[in-house]
Amino acid sequence: MEMLSVQDLWVSIEGREVLKGINLTIPVGETHILFGKNGSGKSTLLMTIMGFSRYRVEQGKIFFKGQEITELPTHERARLGLGLAFQRPPTIRGVKTGDILRACAGDRVAYQALAAAYDFTPFLEREVNYGFSGGEIKRSELLQLLAQDPDMVLLDEPESGVDLESLQVVGDIIGKLLQKDRRRPHRDKSGLIITHTGFILDYLNADTGYIMLDGRLLCSGHPREILEHIKKYGYVECEKCGR
Amino acid sequence: MREIKERAQRSLQKKAPLGPDLDLEAFSREGGAWEYDPDYQQFAPEERRHLLKAGVELTDQEHAGTFLQADSRVVHCLARQAGVEVLPITEALKRHEWLADHLWNLVPVDADKYTAQAELALDNGYFIRALPGVKVAEPVEACLYLRTDRFSQHVHNVVIVEPGAHLHIITGCTAHPRVRSGLHIGVSEFYVRREASLTFTMIHNWAEEIHVRPRTGVLVEEGGRYISNYILLKPVKTVQMYPTVALAGEGAVARLQSIFIAHPGSELDVGGQVILKAAHSRAEVIARSLSTGGRCVSRGHLVGLVPEVKAHLECRGLILAPKGVIYAIPELEGQAAGVDMSHEAAVGRIAQEEIEYLMARGLDEEEAVSTIVRGFLSVKIEGLPPILEEELEEAIKESGKGL
Repeated sequence: MEMLSVQDLWVSIEGREVLKGINLTIPVGETHILFGKNGSGKSTLLMTIMGFSRYRVEQGKIFFKGQEITELPTHERARLGLGLAFQRPPTIRGVKTGDILRACAGDRVAYQALAAAYDFTPFLEREVNYGFSGGEIKRSELLQLLAQDPDMVLLDEPESGVDLESLQVVGDIIGKLLQKDRRRPHRDKSGLIITHTGFILDYLNADTGYIMLDGRLLCSGHPREILEHIKKYGYVECEKCGR
Repeated sequence: MREIKERAQRSLQKKAPLGPDLDLEAFSREGGAWEYDPDYQQFAPEERRHLLKAGVELTDQEHAGTFLQADSRVVHCLARQAGVEVLPITEALKRHEWLADHLWNLVPVDADKYTAQAELALDNGYFIRALPGVKVAEPVEACLYLRTDRFSQHVHNVVIVEPGAHLHIITGCTAHPRVRSGLHIGVSEFYVRREASLTFTMIHNWAEEIHVRPRTGVLVEEGGRYISNYILLKPVKTVQMYPTVALAGEGAVARLQSIFIAHPGSELDVGGQVILKAAHSRAEVIARSLSTGGRCVSRGHLVGLVPEVKAHLECRGLILAPKGVIYAIPELEGQAAGVDMSHEAAVGRIAQEEIEYLMARGLDEEEAVSTIVRGFLSVKIEGLPPILEEELEEAIKESGKGL
């Protein structure tokens, strides 16, 4: 069964065409990885799936758990089970991180216990993302997702700006979000993850990878093989090949 | 005395430097002949609810003292704790000969036509005093109440917190639910003596056609502490106030916090000045203004006269409606090497990115806006009556709806 299906998706930002006919299907329980140069459109795809107003769908459709969500407001997508960890989330002055975490958790989990489990308690009283380090931002984003407990996790460069020590924590949370400890047939969460370094692949079971180039998806394959290829040859060959 | 009267006479036509000028002839000096009311019997349930929204609980319980002036009449006045004096100012002047020297000492009588009116046509006002070393645990509740339409209320208040004493005053300034228009002129002079502490919380809850002109001067002596909280959440025609706080003794501290909402038709000119005159004095001025369609000028002026003083000013404004105006004017004036003063000012609308960030967490747009506004207004005010927390929450929800 499909968790997410993107069909011939064309997206523009302020009149500039960014995504040019994306087709993508992610079955239930699978995690797919997006590679690609900066500016190729990876974040745009995640933001469009989440429904942010800046990203205008010119053509195509998005289905989530069988329901078309192309025109659905962001909060309804979140309530259906889509969750996004931002690469660079905004700072919201005056609003406490704990309040957001509580809103994410609803009645599902005790947010204080969740924060305590990941040494995050001191941050609950702090303003959302205000003065947070790179690692703290990621921890905050991922804990919000854990509290939300989404069926489909969208992660935008979860390892960027994270020191090695925090990477372990970040990786552990992602593993939990995507049910790393379960065998494939028993996994019911899916993921779509942007990574440059591939460090995060050690902490999850990735099924398929893609290279995005100039708003198009090319070269699907095993994520580690794709990563090896990029490490060896960069994106030059992809540009030449263009498949 | 004669000199003061003469100065007031000469200022009867003197316009205030800030805020819209008012024609005082447009208001009436005929207030109601309200009876003294020891048990708060004369207030109908509707009126009680309305007063409560200004933080006025109409009870002597859990208050160190109470004072209620309706139009020109003092209808309730009581001190319940030893070491606390609460009196109508006219009565206090009779009892304490020395008190006259404390009037027009921190606010000039000839500041403008409003101060002149308060001298020449005084209704009354409160005198509240905490005797030396008395730590007053419960707040004193004061209420200045416009109960007659078009009435022009003139009050003069004096607060003295003697050395080492602690006092919290909650003042609710409001109008009868059926009063539409009027004018409130309130002169206040606060003396915070050595090592004393005064927390002064003022809640304004007026009506669409009411004009308000408070004139406040505060003196804080060595080691004294003055905390002012000002809350205005409801519509009003105009408010213009610019309290001046002088930190005159070493280590004196002032913290001025205000939260105000400019509704459509409201014109607010709110701010304050702190003059740091003594070494190691510190000041913090924090203003959060919100416009849902009204006009709002948010001022702040810090003056450092000597070295080794530290002060910070924060004016932040959110415009939530297309026609809203917020004009933030932070001013820093250092007159000596070694002053440490800073400011932060920001005026804007709520970023779409912030709203959508919260929507990605499952909050709908209205909830997201409320959350952001609630955060914006989250200035910690101690000892706020619970009803005001509810009022604040209601104002937050309402303000998000216009978007």
